[in-house]
Amino acid sequence: MSEAQKTVQSGGAQQTRNRTLTFHILRYNPQVPGDKPRLQQYQIEEAEGMTLFLALTEIREHQDPTLQFDFVCRAGICGSCSMLINGRPGLACRSLTKNMGTDITVAPLPVFELIGDLSVNTGKWMRGMSERLETWVHTQEKEINLSKKEEVMDPDLAEKIYELDRCVECGSCVAACGTAQMRRDFVGAVGLNKIARLKLDPRDNRTDADFYELIGDDNGVFGCMSLLGCHDVCPKELPLQTQIAFLRRKLATIECTECNK
Amino acid sequence: MSNNTVIAQVGLAERPRKSRLPARLDLLQSLSGLFLALFMWGHMFFVATILVSEDLMWTVTKFFEGYYFFGQSYPWLVSVIVGIVALVFIIHAALAVRKFPINFRQLQVMRAHAKEMRHHDTSLWLVQVYTGFAMFFLASAHLYQMFVWPELIGPGFSGDRMWGAYLGFWFYPVLLLCVELHGSIGLYRLAVKWCIPNMSREFLSKLEKALLVFFLLLGAVTLIAYMKIGIHVKAGDFQKDYTPSSVMMEHSKAAPTSMDGMLVKGE
Repeated sequence: MSEAQKTVQSGGAQQTRNRTLTFHILRYNPQVPGDKPRLQQYQIEEAEGMTLFLALTEIREHQDPTLQFDFVCRAGICGSCSMLINGRPGLACRSLTKNMGTDITVAPLPVFELIGDLSVNTGKWMRGMSERLETWVHTQEKEINLSKKEEVMDPDLAEKIYELDRCVECGSCVAACGTAQMRRDFVGAVGLNKIARLKLDPRDNRTDADFYELIGDDNGVFGCMSLLGCHDVCPKELPLQTQIAFLRRKLATIECTECNK
Repeated sequence: MSNNTVIAQVGLAERPRKSRLPARLDLLQSLSGLFLALFMWGHMFFVATILVSEDLMWTVTKFFEGYYFFGQSYPWLVSVIVGIVALVFIIHAALAVRKFPINFRQLQVMRAHAKEMRHHDTSLWLVQVYTGFAMFFLASAHLYQMFVWPELIGPGFSGDRMWGAYLGFWFYPVLLLCVELHGSIGLYRLAVKWCIPNMSREFLSKLEKALLVFFLLLGAVTLIAYMKIGIHVKAGDFQKDYTPSSVMMEHSKAAPTSMDGMLVKGE
């Protein structure tokens, strides 16, 4: 199969011979009774500017239509194609094959529910986390008056909030987190980042004590062991280390008036 | 039974108001670790005085035994310090063990994760787990020995200990490696955990490595110096309860017959 491809490609206008890439892809469909996880090999010829997403698409179109993987935007915006690339989480659409060796191992993200092969249900996990952490702006307004002019926000503050709001919930930080791997109830950097973002927002009337109720335990900010895998793999390069440290500093010394000792 | 206990018993403890204890424990884990790491730095400099001279090491030993305050040595003062350090050590161990992998699934997934991720900080944490686990036993043995027999400190006594007198030849080199790895990695991890000081991780990581190498080398050289003395103690040409000749002279002049008050009795 690979020899045939080489002949086709080398017959073209290309001067130098392209590399042959061998993909080791984790195949497993939990829907099929008796199916066992295994690594399956595929070989394709590298093309210029090829991303992992393009390579997977080629495999699916020309070699194996049963291969499952997710994508939407193909440009690093939606966060759907996050997977383990040579053991580290990353977006397939943003990973150029030229930066990798000729043997590439691809596996689905851990922690999340496996749909099949490389496809995982990050949405289900993210929804659960959002509901648990109430990751929406909580206002005290009794009446919503849409004709009322919004309060002006300081541009610097708006910028800071926007910076943290760039999270696309791809799940890379959760898959890169040793704590999340060991303890499935840990909220992960994505959850803590959302709390840090809402804490900045003046429209959210919640106090530190309220945020403590959400993340003030070993499933929240105090569960974080600062392995910083999250910070190092985030495709959006969010400042996760400083945000988690910020929450930790705020909440570690928080006073309590009526809490349950 | 208090209301809170009844509420907690049925699993609704988190309902009224979340306990502040996890917050305090997190802080205490970091602070106890910081204390122990800094103590170990001080400890290293005190024991390394042997590299300057046996007399200086003797002076430091006597200083902690209160000789220069009371004109007499009280080794139990060392026991008090050891007791405080041991208490912090136990607190730190109890808090840190909460983070350990606690069953096979957790160990399996964590090891595979660290291996596949090839991520520096994740691997460092595993080093912390392994060295920390080893120190449950090694540091306990050392602390216990120093608490019960504080008089076993001094150029001759320490040399004898390090040349396998009580705990074996392997004990101190292994303990040294564990302490220095755990301490320097721990300080780095504290800095990145709290962002205090707020410096780049690259710099902090370099600093951590430099400190690790420095203290490992200093520790190794110090250990060798003690072992050399230990060989002489075994051979019988170095006094176990070594006393500087100048001090001996002074005392033999002032009170030729009463040395007992000043010196710790040998075995």
